[in-house]
Amino acid sequence: MAQKIKVLIAKPGLDGHDVGAKVVVRAMMEAGFEAVYSGLRRTPEDIVKLAQEENVDVIGLSILSGSHMPLCGKMRELLIKAGLEDKLWVVGGNIPEPDRLPLGNLGFRGVFPTEARLHEIVDFIRENA
Amino acid sequence: MMTDDTNKIVNESGIEIKTLYTQEDVEQSGGIDNSRSGEAPFTRGIHAEMYRKRPFTMRQYTGFANAAETNERFQYLIANGQTGLNVAFDLATQCGYDSDAPEAFGEVGRVGMAVDTLKDFEIAFDGIDLEKITVSLTINGTAAILIAMYLAMAEKRGYDVAKLRGTAQNDILKEFIGRGTWIFPVEPSVKLVADTIEYCAKNAPKYSPVSVCGYHIRESGATPAEEMGYAFSIAKAYTDRALDRGMDIDTFAGRLSYNFNIYGNLFEQVAKFRAGRRHWAKIILEQYQAKDPKSGWLRMIAGGGGFGLTIEQPENNIMRGAYYALVGALSGAQTMALCCYDEAYTIPTPKAQRLSLRTMQLLIEEIGLADTVDPLGGSYYIETLTNEMEDKIVEAMDWVDAQGGIVKAVSDGVIQAKVSEHAFRRQKDVESGAQRKVGVNCYVDDDDEKPEVDLHPYDEDGGRVQIAALEEVRKNRDQAEVDRCLEALRSDADAGRNVMAALVAAVKAYASVGEMTNVLVDVYGRYDEPIRF
Repeated sequence: MAQKIKVLIAKPGLDGHDVGAKVVVRAMMEAGFEAVYSGLRRTPEDIVKLAQEENVDVIGLSILSGSHMPLCGKMRELLIKAGLEDKLWVVGGNIPEPDRLPLGNLGFRGVFPTEARLHEIVDFIRENA
Repeated sequence: MMTDDTNKIVNESGIEIKTLYTQEDVEQSGGIDNSRSGEAPFTRGIHAEMYRKRPFTMRQYTGFANAAETNERFQYLIANGQTGLNVAFDLATQCGYDSDAPEAFGEVGRVGMAVDTLKDFEIAFDGIDLEKITVSLTINGTAAILIAMYLAMAEKRGYDVAKLRGTAQNDILKEFIGRGTWIFPVEPSVKLVADTIEYCAKNAPKYSPVSVCGYHIRESGATPAEEMGYAFSIAKAYTDRALDRGMDIDTFAGRLSYNFNIYGNLFEQVAKFRAGRRHWAKIILEQYQAKDPKSGWLRMIAGGGGFGLTIEQPENNIMRGAYYALVGALSGAQTMALCCYDEAYTIPTPKAQRLSLRTMQLLIEEIGLADTVDPLGGSYYIETLTNEMEDKIVEAMDWVDAQGGIVKAVSDGVIQAKVSEHAFRRQKDVESGAQRKVGVNCYVDDDDEKPEVDLHPYDEDGGRVQIAALEEVRKNRDQAEVDRCLEALRSDADAGRNVMAALVAAVKAYASVGEMTNVLVDVYGRYDEPIRF
């Protein structure tokens, strides 16, 4: 049997909205993935370190404060520097339509706005991780 | 509304709803409460005349960018008939970072007003009559600092602090459960809340230093009954800390206030508020034996409804907002604040804010909601449900007690895990259609367009302007005085003394939010979040 997919769900920045992130962690667990949750208010540096330590296949960010563009830009820089560009990067949260393409261009292959369904996230990870 | 195959209807709090209610149901559930409004246990309202005398205060949540722009929006809302202010702060301010701290990068002024020093408060409230317009500060982690700042600003403007009204959210225990703007570990965080209660009771007795928030716990996944039960457990924890200091319950209980949510089933919410008012009065007047009936008042802001709003078919949110406002008005809330229809995806536009204000004004002026007290009182359904909701509220509080009390439940992360498990179930119910959501899982149109909305733009330059202003303040203040005040703060914190007087002095010397927070972090440490699923 294939190795379990391991997913990090992380909360970068000061945003305290963790309902969605925790719901997604539970959805990952229910889907049979191994899930690691960072907890709130992690710096991009903390998150990259955690991704390396835990050796995850997927790095998922949850951002609801509207700061996704600067934070994902910073994450891209650090993830590449850490040699994690071959991992699957996804981001979810309060993300307006016009920002979805630019986030994809930054390397976040999955972009999930708040109205995304859990099975969409699970299916995407299963197919792409 | 939850349905299953047998056509059984069970509300979110777990009470099965009958097809028809009669006198018999009321009696079997505990009978009708014949107390009058203004009489303990206040089931029908804390004041005898309620809205006949004074309609609910309308207090839309506002604040963005810097103090000057926020002041402009405040003036706009007041000119449109708003009767109170509800201030939103940016995340840096909420988490105790100055605008120039690396942690504040990209966050300055984004989700609320940036505040670094007293100077920002002086600008934000310039020209606003603080006797006519009461101000609510939505602040928690740094609440002690911002309360100090508000009192100092008012004093500087010539107001008598002993007569000053206003509210701070300052409910840190709920921040650990939902919302997340904690800074210090649980124990010193609760100690700071007790400091504000003690300080205000002595120096600003009309000021409400705490607004206990069931609201965010509900948003995080709790049922309406749990929302109220957990809020009461939290309020009891603060009350116990104040009593431990030798305070008389009647000097502070009457200034505790509450913040509750209004989305969901209308009747369940109305029963929740009626039951909650009755139960809180019992807690304070019977368990704690307060002598002044006012100490047992469940004073509240009811509002929001954020979780009920959807990004799909966003105009539906206008309708939802109107029904939620109806709940608030039927519930006898002292203050109301409605989420705006565009709030599911942005900081509200002035147009959306005015619409929320008009919704509330319509209820008062045209629809008759201010004509009589507790209009649903006496309904077989509402009276039965009120009795049943009180039982459920007690059940939620008993669960907390079984975990060793709210402080332990929060420290261990068990309450966070319980609430987040509910949120997961709720999401799955919406996705499966078991919980109906109009425009989301039913009545979805193929041609539903993505909302075209005027998004509130984030001003990337705003951060730089705010930082420049902070540098200006630092340059012009008496640095020796600031250092002296920060040392005094450290020494009070170190000794376990009430830090409020030291904070007021530091604020007046234009010490910054970040500087004061850092001193307290040195002494108290930072919270380490328990991760539990």
